[in-house]
Amino acid sequence: MTTLYTPKEKAELIEKAAVQGRSLWDDARVRLMRNKAAVTSMIVLAILVFLATIGQLLWVHDYDTIYRDRVWIAPTMDNWHILGTDAQGRDMVARILVGLGVSLMVGIVATFVSLLIGVTWGATAGFIGGKVDQVMMRFVDILYSLPFIFFVIILMVTFGRNIVLIFVAIGAVEWLTMARIVRGQTIALKGMEFVEAAHAAGVSRPKIIQRHIIPNVLGPVVVYVTLMIPVVILAESFLSFLGLGVQEPLTSLGRLISAGAQDMEPAPWTLIGPAVTMMVTLFCLNFIGDGLRDAIDPKDR
Amino acid sequence: MLGFVLRRFSVAFPTILVIITVAFFMMRVAPGGPFDLERPMPEETRQVILASYGLDKPLIFQYFDYMGNLFQGDLGPSLKLRDKDVAEIIAEGFPVSATIGLFSMLLAIGLGTLLGSIAALRQNSGTDFSVMTFAMVGISIPPFVMGPILALVFGLYLGLVPTGGLDPRYGMTPDRLILPVITLALPQIAIIARLMRASMIEVVRSNYIRTARAKGLSAPAVIIRHALRSAILPLVSYLGPASAAVISGSLVIERVFQLPGIGKHFVDAALQRDYTVVMGVVIVYATLIILLNLLADLLYGVLNPKVKYES
Repeated sequence: MTTLYTPKEKAELIEKAAVQGRSLWDDARVRLMRNKAAVTSMIVLAILVFLATIGQLLWVHDYDTIYRDRVWIAPTMDNWHILGTDAQGRDMVARILVGLGVSLMVGIVATFVSLLIGVTWGATAGFIGGKVDQVMMRFVDILYSLPFIFFVIILMVTFGRNIVLIFVAIGAVEWLTMARIVRGQTIALKGMEFVEAAHAAGVSRPKIIQRHIIPNVLGPVVVYVTLMIPVVILAESFLSFLGLGVQEPLTSLGRLISAGAQDMEPAPWTLIGPAVTMMVTLFCLNFIGDGLRDAIDPKDR
Repeated sequence: MLGFVLRRFSVAFPTILVIITVAFFMMRVAPGGPFDLERPMPEETRQVILASYGLDKPLIFQYFDYMGNLFQGDLGPSLKLRDKDVAEIIAEGFPVSATIGLFSMLLAIGLGTLLGSIAALRQNSGTDFSVMTFAMVGISIPPFVMGPILALVFGLYLGLVPTGGLDPRYGMTPDRLILPVITLALPQIAIIARLMRASMIEVVRSNYIRTARAKGLSAPAVIIRHALRSAILPLVSYLGPASAAVISGSLVIERVFQLPGIGKHFVDAALQRDYTVVMGVVIVYATLIILLNLLADLLYGVLNPKVKYES
């Protein structure tokens, strides 16, 4: 004997079954958790983020305190200068933590800016299609072939070394690939059978967008965002290295590396500390990005 | 194909014009000027100097003057380096930049292809794992970190190569170029190795490779003559972005290793508002990048007969 359900009960049951099923994201999480490099990187990165936020407040030295009698002290336990001091007698640990915080923040904010521009541009082009799409994507193609770093440098010179401008300048440069990815996904999804099927089955439009479109666009976007943060951090450091990034006494990893490179003969620790921090951070972000890509889009493996 | 090249040029030319225009006006909007010294000079002297360079005219006239001279091949004099034309500065710096850029690209393509292919053919082996770890290191360590570290280890501690830039008496000698070239090439080696590995893995699974094996060709012949040809296509389409990356990387490399290339001039000139030098370098590099992109697209078409230039 079959039980009969009212339409409302039926809908609830379907909803429940859908929730209990293993979604794309459940699968992805399981695969990601099996990836040892990615899990280790997440733990290390969490520690780094903790150090750069809470840690710098708790550390015994301030990043801008100048100890005139302690210039270029090699790493020592005295006074807790465990990574030494720089050319002006400032504690390296405090400076590295602040620099790491600035670099991570630039990475996140500038990535968000490029995410905003890229998703809007790509989704518009993909959704409208036709001539508009062609013109918009041709524009992206042309921008792709430009020597952007020159414009960023001129931009920084023109408007001064402002940290907000760094976010905008880097974000405005890095949105191109995001626009391409989102456009491709939008066009592909527009014509998918399962979207039509859902529509035919009477699923409402917001529900289609929520259940089918967003999860499918989100995968590649999340992966690309994770891989973009290290690229952006590199771009900021690149500018800082050339003397165009954040201003003293505030610092970033790129700036510290630049200063360390100048002082590496008398005081190699001023280079090694920031350089190692930068490498570990970028390693972690790249491993997490690669892990996410393999987890969300496993066909490459 | 000729039509394709012409069409690309018809886009490239206005693009370069726009780049020049934007760079020109952005540079001029920047506060400060080339003659703002630490010690202020008398206003009359300043005016005389500005007038001698035509910098006292309204900006739009300066722009047309500049463009007029540019079309006659005149990039103007440097505003900061006395008695030097921009053309001279570029002519002196370009060989240095071009040499390290070219050798880096060759090293990156050669070694990247080799490592990527080896990793793909021994997929999931220890070799594969080491190559991919190396690639991750290459991608995660930026040139401005790698450069100082290499200089510290090989120059200072081991004393294998001289530090401190080019010796003007001898010019470009291999021992002074090897570290800059390696530093500039490393990230590109890493990216190309990853690209090659992915595409090689896909290609060696395809049917025509199985056919080539089945008809008794030796393994090296299959790889070199058949697989490499199509596996190399993603690499070719990466050549455009790669050359742009090498050019921007050279800005840092020339500073780290104190090489007198045009990248170093560009950064210094931008900071000192040496307008004409900035413009000169932007024009040279923009043209170069656009040409290299075109070249990469053409090469792609030659290697991949599926591409038609008609559309």
